[in-house]
Amino acid sequence: MKKSINLEFYSPEVNNKLNVWLSEEGVSAGFPSPANDFKELRISLDKVVVKNEAATFYARVVGQSMIDAGIDDGDLIVIDKSLEPKDGKIAVCFIDGEFTVKRLKVRKGVVWLVPENKNYKPLKISDESELIIWGIVTHVLKSF
Amino acid sequence: MFALVDCNNFYASCERIFQPSLNDKPIAILSNNDGCVIARSNEVKRLGLPMGAPAHKFSSFFRQYDVKVFSSNYPLYGDMSNRVMDVLRQFTPEVEVYSIDEAFLHFQGFENYDMEQYAREMQKRVLKWTGMPVSIGVGPTKALSKVANRVAKKFNHKTNNVYVINSNFKRIKALKWLPISSVWGIGRQHARRLAFKQIETAHDFTQLSDEWVRKEMSVVGLRLKKELEGISTIPLELKRSPKKAIATTRSFESLIESYEEMRERVSTFASLCAEKLRAQSSDCNAVYVFVRSNPFSAKHPQYRNSTLIGMPFATRSTLTITKYALRGLEQIFRKNIKYKKAGVIVTGIVPSKSKQMTLFDREDYRHNLLMSSIDKIHQRYGPHKIKLANQDINRTFKMKQTQLSPRYTTDVRHIIKVK
Repeated sequence: MKKSINLEFYSPEVNNKLNVWLSEEGVSAGFPSPANDFKELRISLDKVVVKNEAATFYARVVGQSMIDAGIDDGDLIVIDKSLEPKDGKIAVCFIDGEFTVKRLKVRKGVVWLVPENKNYKPLKISDESELIIWGIVTHVLKSF
Repeated sequence: MFALVDCNNFYASCERIFQPSLNDKPIAILSNNDGCVIARSNEVKRLGLPMGAPAHKFSSFFRQYDVKVFSSNYPLYGDMSNRVMDVLRQFTPEVEVYSIDEAFLHFQGFENYDMEQYAREMQKRVLKWTGMPVSIGVGPTKALSKVANRVAKKFNHKTNNVYVINSNFKRIKALKWLPISSVWGIGRQHARRLAFKQIETAHDFTQLSDEWVRKEMSVVGLRLKKELEGISTIPLELKRSPKKAIATTRSFESLIESYEEMRERVSTFASLCAEKLRAQSSDCNAVYVFVRSNPFSAKHPQYRNSTLIGMPFATRSTLTITKYALRGLEQIFRKNIKYKKAGVIVTGIVPSKSKQMTLFDREDYRHNLLMSSIDKIHQRYGPHKIKLANQDINRTFKMKQTQLSPRYTTDVRHIIKVK
């Protein structure tokens, strides 16, 4: 009887991985870096600022209505849509056809949008006005 | 149990999240190059705008009804889709992303859960976190979850876009309501054949004998019948199988007549196909090229043609694929035609790691080294930095996108502005 020979074919991997010459530790036979066992990832601002990736959005501030809260014209704000709106939180809202950032104030069941700039007046949300609380502001990023 | 979650008017909803003033307004989204309508809000459906309507024929309609028209903004839609899928993954580990706006979910070990309540919680969280409204159908099989989803949407005033088929009574009631042509997996041809047999609803279909269904509609049809009967036969596809064909096709902004210009386009399409091929670690064995004139133009001569060129070996090299694509173009290109569209499709796709080697012919191994270097450069410095000499250096895809909304979530220069 004819013995069958099992041949297994392989495709040669011609992609040589040697296009990176620089070895982090060098190729010398010296003492390995004592820090190697204690490597940590470098700080990422993303991780500090973004707690919930799927619900995080960014916005650019126009105007100075929130200047006393440290939110100035041109700042970038981080918005987390997953957070619950509460009295005292700073929120991005949609009202009268535009987005606005204001502090939420709830008094006796009435919602107010309060600017942080004494030249601006708080806005009382009446039952008729269509307000969408779009998300809660968690951070502000300034560039100097 | 299975759930089918799909986003309501997905593209329109993406636009509305960042422009809430468009809630309740008619919205239409156009295909690449602003060619035709590919997505509609409910309001514009009610106005009678058909799917696929050529945009240029409907400009007065858009004006008359004050329809807000958008060019398709895939960076935005893709990101919003990922966000929705991420939220869904918190509810079960088994999520099959079925399309950009749909996912099948599998719930194993959820027997003690009130699935309706659970689905409403999903719906609520997706809406809250991402702004996306979704409809959810739940049932004991994938096909029934799809049926339940249709019920949820059709009777949304009663269901609030969530419906659960969890009893035989509900299953039969839904199947008796659903026309056979609307059943998931029943194509037009099968629907027509079934109509001859007086099969009108999904329920009628389940009354056929297994033998008949298997004989006339193969095992695929039989599986579907079992699914509708409540016996799960189609599992979740958790691993994306690599694509069987990869296409790059475009309608041209302005008509192309010259061979040189067409060569440039086809080279570019072939290069893009090669890049997509390498991104999924595959090689291809054949390349298909097509060209066509503008079928809407009565004054120019009409022409369309295509060809399939087999390659002597499997490859993922831009150079090789482009060479054969251009050979194909040479065969089908005809002078004095004003071309509107062309495309390159690579097919016969095999994984690069397990391709069949041929005895004498094979890809020059230096190509693979060159390609991986090019891919690395593109990764680091952005796409389209390295091109073949027969591609136009200055030309990137200039899609006609006159109504494009900002890329709110993928480009920091485009984020929303708040006062």
